[in-house]
Amino acid sequence: MLNLFDQYLPLVVFAGVAALIAGALLVAPFLVAFKAPDPEKLSAYECGFNAFDDARMKFDVRFYLVALLFIVFDLEVAFLFPWAIAFRYVGDLGFWSMIVFLAILTVGFIYEWKKGALEWD
Amino acid sequence: MSDTSWVIPFLLMIVKSLVLLVVLLVFIAYVLYADRKIWAAVQLRRGPNVVGPYGLFQSFADMLKFVFKEPVIPDGANKGIFLLAPFVMGMLSLAAWAVIPLSDGWAIANLNVGVLYIFAISSLSVYGVIMGGWASNSKYPFLSALRSAAQMVSYEVSIGFVIVTVLLCAGSLNLNDIVVAQDTRFGLLGWYWLPLFPMFVIFFISALAETNRPPFDLVEAESELVAGFMVEYSSTPYMIFMLAEYVAIMTMCALLTIMFFGGWLSPIPYPPFTWVPGVIWFTLKVCLFFFMFAMVKAFVPRYRYDQLMRLGWKVFLPISLFMVIVVASVLHFTGWGAGLGQ
Repeated sequence: MLNLFDQYLPLVVFAGVAALIAGALLVAPFLVAFKAPDPEKLSAYECGFNAFDDARMKFDVRFYLVALLFIVFDLEVAFLFPWAIAFRYVGDLGFWSMIVFLAILTVGFIYEWKKGALEWD
Repeated sequence: MSDTSWVIPFLLMIVKSLVLLVVLLVFIAYVLYADRKIWAAVQLRRGPNVVGPYGLFQSFADMLKFVFKEPVIPDGANKGIFLLAPFVMGMLSLAAWAVIPLSDGWAIANLNVGVLYIFAISSLSVYGVIMGGWASNSKYPFLSALRSAAQMVSYEVSIGFVIVTVLLCAGSLNLNDIVVAQDTRFGLLGWYWLPLFPMFVIFFISALAETNRPPFDLVEAESELVAGFMVEYSSTPYMIFMLAEYVAIMTMCALLTIMFFGGWLSPIPYPPFTWVPGVIWFTLKVCLFFFMFAMVKAFVPRYRYDQLMRLGWKVFLPISLFMVIVVASVLHFTGWGAGLGQ
């Protein structure tokens, strides 16, 4: 427990110092810079006219699909990490079970490819 | 009366963190300068040459300029999230440097899950992009945030697989141990870039995409989305986004150095090369990779978005998945895996 604390405390301190630097840079112009806001300056950017409606519009379902696929594959990478570390201890059984797992995943990958989930045109 | 023995180590930790961050930021000021100079040289221009001798103080002048610029927050924006986004980006990209070993044991935190930590931190930077694009409440940033989020997550998958092959060879998640595992009597030829060459190439290209560098800078495709998710940002919030981008590039260069190019090890493992301190080798290798990043920016034309997604999902993903199996099989059937690492 103490060892864990020793390992991670520097990390927290470092992140804290990084946050301080980022925060200081962020706050600085609000303290020192000249400000003269007007309605045009504060309106959302649009090519020369007023914005029609809310900017948060409907978007293409493919973005959603990419996010789903990402979750599947990233989770799998998360499974592979501990396996790769313990690779020399898991022996034949560990090796073959991961190959089977990857084979199943590949079948899924081929399916989504054939279904056209990876098409962008 | 209370135990105060923790004060000195704690202060030392703060000082060490501060020193590393300041050195890193000054280094990045010159990396920015180098980027502009290289780009200019390729196009037969001079690049920045006004502020200081040869324009050496250009980045610092730019920083001052940003600080004294008027910060504009659009009326329609969600102000809290709008300002939180650059903060999150800046902090996360800097925080990744806590585990990078500059020389043997020279890391702020020598975590035994270092690779996992960097992988997690770099995934989180997608949130900065999404928050910035969404909170701006403007059409261009919104579209760009979606695009860049999709781009970043796509390439993260292949980066994950590449990391797995390195882990298979090194047998440790500790960045320090990964470098030590490459320390053979063959020097340069014993580093992982040679046996894992395809993975090295995939990692390099994915790193370009992950950090939104040209030719994959669809995020700020000036011709269609103006300036990407940062359209509504001005002054230092904008600067922090740019800074975070360069810090992320440096992190990627450092990762390339550590995982494929032997970190602080000397390319020829005999004196007098071994007398040179490790930090110098490390810095030189990071500079080499940054030079490659800069050259790619200078002469590769921008990709189209559908080409980008195709490259990520239909080329890199199958190849890296296949290579994981190949590397694992080679290590398993030849028994090389048992001899490596501890």
